[in-house]
Amino acid sequence: MAIRTDTTARPYSGIFGLPKKLFVKLGILPFLLAIAIVIFAAMSDNFLTGRNIMNVLRQSVYLTIVSLGQMLALVTGGFDLSVGTILALTSVVGALAMASVHAAVPEAVWLAMAVGFLAGIGAGTAIGVCNGIGVAFFNVSPFMMSLGMASVGFGIALYLTGGVPVYGMPREFGDLFGFGTLAGIPLPIYAAVVVAAILHVVLYRTPFGRYVYAVGGNIKAARLSGIGTRSVLFRTYVLCAALAAFAGMLLTARLDTGEANIGATMPLLSIAACVIAGVSLRGGVGRLENVILGALFIGLVQNGMNLARIESYLQIVVLGALLILAVIADQIRLRYLASFKD
Amino acid sequence: MSRQAGKASQHRAGEGTEDHGYPCPLVQTVALTRDYPGIRALDNVDFSLRAGEVHVLFGENGAGKSTLISMLAGATMPTSGQILFRGKAVEFDNVHAARNLGISAVFQEFSLIPQMSVAENMFLGAEERRRGFLHSGAQTMKARAVLDDLDFRLDPTERIDRLSRAEQQMVEIAKAFRSDLSVLILDEPTASLTVHETDHLFALLRRLRKQDVGIVYITHRIAEIREIGDRVTILRDGRFVDTVDAKSTSEDELVRLMTGRVVGEVFPKVSSEPGDTVLEVRNLHTDDGSLNGVSATVRKGEIVGLAGLIGSGKSRFGKACFGAVGLRRGTVTFKGERIPKPTPRTMLDRGLLYLPPDRRDDGLMMMRPAFENMSLAAVGMRPFSNGWIVDGRRERKIAGALAERLKLAPPRLDRTTEQFSGGNQQKLMLARSLTSRFDLLIFDEPTVGVDVGTRSAIYEFIAELCEIGAAVLLISSDLPEILNLSSRVYVFFGGSIQVELAGDQINEENVLASFFEREAA
Repeated sequence: MAIRTDTTARPYSGIFGLPKKLFVKLGILPFLLAIAIVIFAAMSDNFLTGRNIMNVLRQSVYLTIVSLGQMLALVTGGFDLSVGTILALTSVVGALAMASVHAAVPEAVWLAMAVGFLAGIGAGTAIGVCNGIGVAFFNVSPFMMSLGMASVGFGIALYLTGGVPVYGMPREFGDLFGFGTLAGIPLPIYAAVVVAAILHVVLYRTPFGRYVYAVGGNIKAARLSGIGTRSVLFRTYVLCAALAAFAGMLLTARLDTGEANIGATMPLLSIAACVIAGVSLRGGVGRLENVILGALFIGLVQNGMNLARIESYLQIVVLGALLILAVIADQIRLRYLASFKD
Repeated sequence: MSRQAGKASQHRAGEGTEDHGYPCPLVQTVALTRDYPGIRALDNVDFSLRAGEVHVLFGENGAGKSTLISMLAGATMPTSGQILFRGKAVEFDNVHAARNLGISAVFQEFSLIPQMSVAENMFLGAEERRRGFLHSGAQTMKARAVLDDLDFRLDPTERIDRLSRAEQQMVEIAKAFRSDLSVLILDEPTASLTVHETDHLFALLRRLRKQDVGIVYITHRIAEIREIGDRVTILRDGRFVDTVDAKSTSEDELVRLMTGRVVGEVFPKVSSEPGDTVLEVRNLHTDDGSLNGVSATVRKGEIVGLAGLIGSGKSRFGKACFGAVGLRRGTVTFKGERIPKPTPRTMLDRGLLYLPPDRRDDGLMMMRPAFENMSLAAVGMRPFSNGWIVDGRRERKIAGALAERLKLAPPRLDRTTEQFSGGNQQKLMLARSLTSRFDLLIFDEPTVGVDVGTRSAIYEFIAELCEIGAAVLLISSDLPEILNLSSRVYVFFGGSIQVELAGDQINEENVLASFFEREAA
């Protein structure tokens, strides 16, 4: 009603006008990306080479896929702290199943791989089923539910292996899914692209995708609009776990062993990737494209720090600080956004 | 423009002559302006408040009332212009600065901590202390003294979340009295109060008026202006329109000043030709005991009003028919089909839509784009989707057409919902009733917190729905709404229907007579 077009009424003008507008519109991520690229390019000559960029992409595949799952949980207003455990359990169960089939029938390589994939992803997804049941049907807070399941899953993974890496998978598994390339591009990158494409359709073209946002946006309004909120929540946690499990199988192929100790940093990093990408911790807000960028950004920072020979312990400090910075930036952005309202 | 400016200066000229013991008004604003990006929410507003008057701020949603009071209360800083308190220029950079001068505001959204007691909330930020430690005994006593003085029957040790909304509002008001009060600002205080509680509030305001407290009062209800107001300042589009006498200015004049146009009848003529029975409810009992044996019918092409106090079960009944409340006993028959266990999904699929009263809490996703809120209840159905894939282009086309039909302002559907004014948010929710062919629409308090202009648009909309053959169940605490629109009325009390009124029987006297318990029931 009282909207004017005259620019004199806008307080955000001058040299900071444009960056501020961009910040309110796009969030902190573009700024962080630009800063990171400038800094690391200055610190290492190898950073901006084609080979290194391909490297960053390949290394970021696992985090990207996990972050996409994490984003679903965050958009519904919860989160999943068990994604790291899901990776570990998937890796261990998948490797054990694959190795035992391979030992029994060494010539049936594809059978071993298929059984391994199914068993691993099944085991990881089972964690998500538990999370989903707890959150959707017993109203357990996502924090407690996924924290508890993280302990349960990690314990099972350690128990199954005794803490020792699992060997004995067919060589083709690692060669193909870990190190294989097609037209010069590593296979895991194709996998991530396919996952992102499918998820994009699910989120933005199907009613289910809309319901995920609706449940996080206002669960009471969703219920009164006839949306089965419990079923949406349940499916969200299962899907999140399935994505993490898929990443777990890809990582197992890369490592060529089943490990109970992978994925410990995944909960932190995946939440960081989402938050940096503007996914709201209050639910209802977040875009898939941005989350991919967020995960790539974290991969880029890790890679840059490696090239700049920053000690790995210090790298953990940097990543934690980045997460907090992103949350603070989100708050500041909300404040600016609030001033747009009448 | 020039006419308004002329009135404004005339108004200012008259200021110095009428004072109540003070050489100048209690609070005065001079050319007060507040800008938001792209929006001038308040534009050179001159406003004055005398000691001992109730000064009503009147205007449509988005006219700048809330912006004005939030600056008076210190919650927002002006972009330009001045606030004078007893003739001296003051600058509030926070709420405490204003409170130190005795200016307290009760906003629509309460700032109470549900897990704390009444006394703890009243003294939050100014706790009673002894040698640096909390002294809760003295605090409770002080709180009791304030509550007694206000004649509020509240226990200072009771937890906030155990209180009704009206009682919580009393705590909010009591908070303002913990220190000396010179200006009290109330933003639609009666929106959630019953008739009795409203009377109580008005009695309090009259007492404050005698104690020379200046009261700024925002309301959409014209009857309240008459009853409690002394002067009325009308704002429109962020600008000062006029300050008039509350008692002598006619209703039409107030509406004309507010909307800038002559509004004929607020209520449209509804031509109803009741057809087949759409909804038949027999002996309905809910799990939580809020309904005990309610039977009612709704027919095609009629508007059935549900009246009653808050908590009488009228809203519960709407929810129960929609399947949003657990049923213990009773039958729901919709379009001739007995529905054994209604849920929102089954009822929506069969053509019943319920729109909740609290749009912020139960109705809208505030951070999502407007069009998503319009299509929410129907996005999984045709024509929006084939069940698997949402047709985004068609969704936007339908949403655009609905926005045009409901005169959504601004018609920008990609904006997040929180960026719209209250009345336009309400329109987004009402638009849902056109996203599918619904046979029965249940509107629960469709005009709460909505200005007169939008209100009449909503009534017209409801009347149109009824004329094209839909059945409408109108649940409302606003009596004129019920009286003017309904062709039949059920009055609820204590979880059951007291009386059914039709045709000429529908008048204020008959409806009100059943609002309270009957002696020989």
